[in-house]
Amino acid sequence: MTFPVDDGRPIFQQVAERIEDDIVDGSLAEEAQAPSTTHFAQFYGINPATAAKGVNVLVDQGILYKKRGIGMFVAEGAREKLLARRRHQFYEQYVVPLLQEAEKLGISGEQLASLITEKGRG
Amino acid sequence: MHAAELKGLTKSYGGQHALDGITLKMEENRIYGLLGRNGAGKTTLMHVLTAQLFATSGEVKVFGSDPFENEEALRKICFIKESQKYPENFRVCDVLAVASSLYPRWSAETAEQLLKEFRLPQNKRVKKLSRGMLSAVGIIVGLASRAELTLFDEPYLGLDAVAREIFYRNLIQEYAELPRTIVLSSHLIDEVSGLLEHIYLIDRGRLILDEEAELLRSRAYSVAGPAAKVDAFLGGRSVLGKEQLGGFLRASVLGELGEGGMAAARTAGLEAAPLSLQQLVVQMTGNEAGYEEGSA
Repeated sequence: MTFPVDDGRPIFQQVAERIEDDIVDGSLAEEAQAPSTTHFAQFYGINPATAAKGVNVLVDQGILYKKRGIGMFVAEGAREKLLARRRHQFYEQYVVPLLQEAEKLGISGEQLASLITEKGRG
Repeated sequence: MHAAELKGLTKSYGGQHALDGITLKMEENRIYGLLGRNGAGKTTLMHVLTAQLFATSGEVKVFGSDPFENEEALRKICFIKESQKYPENFRVCDVLAVASSLYPRWSAETAEQLLKEFRLPQNKRVKKLSRGMLSAVGIIVGLASRAELTLFDEPYLGLDAVAREIFYRNLIQEYAELPRTIVLSSHLIDEVSGLLEHIYLIDRGRLILDEEAELLRSRAYSVAGPAAKVDAFLGGRSVLGKEQLGGFLRASVLGELGEGGMAAARTAGLEAAPLSLQQLVVQMTGNEAGYEEGSA
């Protein structure tokens, strides 16, 4: 089983991130219904209480909202909200480790920059 | 009220302690993992809990009362054993009919659904079933019983990966529909670790771990790298075990690594990663001396 990942982070947090990913890449559109916690639990083989906890994190953040008796839905503006937060985290999560590894390998800043632009050109 | 409560429970056979002073409380409607090596005492504990064995000393309570010869309490308990025996001439449908009369909350619908998913022929005699099919019968009884306290002791002997997935999926479905207290004893820890809310780890009859699963996920970690550097990093930390390959050393450490520790390990040129539940159990029960709190 590939999920949950044993990286020491709580499972509920990973659940929340999975849903966030789906919203960010558009597979879960705004105003669309999110999978029920039971479906989530079954799909990933996790406890329903844990799945519910992950969903509630997003409710607290205003990413999801509850329609009584129907289920959870993606809030309007959720995608933009998540994108803003992820752009903010991008430097810490991706750029810092990249620079560390480059330094270890003796790749200079210029070489690194040209690697990125080359890749960008295809 | 607790679903189950054990106080100082000891079970001895001729001076040998199969269970040694076990005290624990199981809350209602949660999923518990009962883990430990073969012979650790898991099965004995489940037998005592379900009033199929007398404790030598200590106290057992199920839903607030002593379960022994207590019909009301016993109807709330369903215990699926690793090698469950059924009467010689019973067919699968006979087993289910008897079970349905024993458990007040029995769901015929659940039983039927599972028969289909496991592709189990209802009219086949139980003694003609393969090991895996027999396990499937136990799983059907356990889930369809909807018993307030359901215990599964290594329920999937002989079951293939597909059938185990059927079990997990239906367990979640059933539990979500009608919450109940579930105790799952398993050696396939990686497969069930996401399901378990609370872990009991038993070693040589003693309870050596009683912890929320979520907390355990950050409770131990491994560090690996050149032996001298790892040893320097380990100074003062609580080491569970070490494995060496030439000049390369991997150590398991009890405690929270945290972001600071992770960064410190990386700076020292070491690889650090949290231990999975399965690895933690192996480390805590794998050595000959046994695990002692605070040992280094």
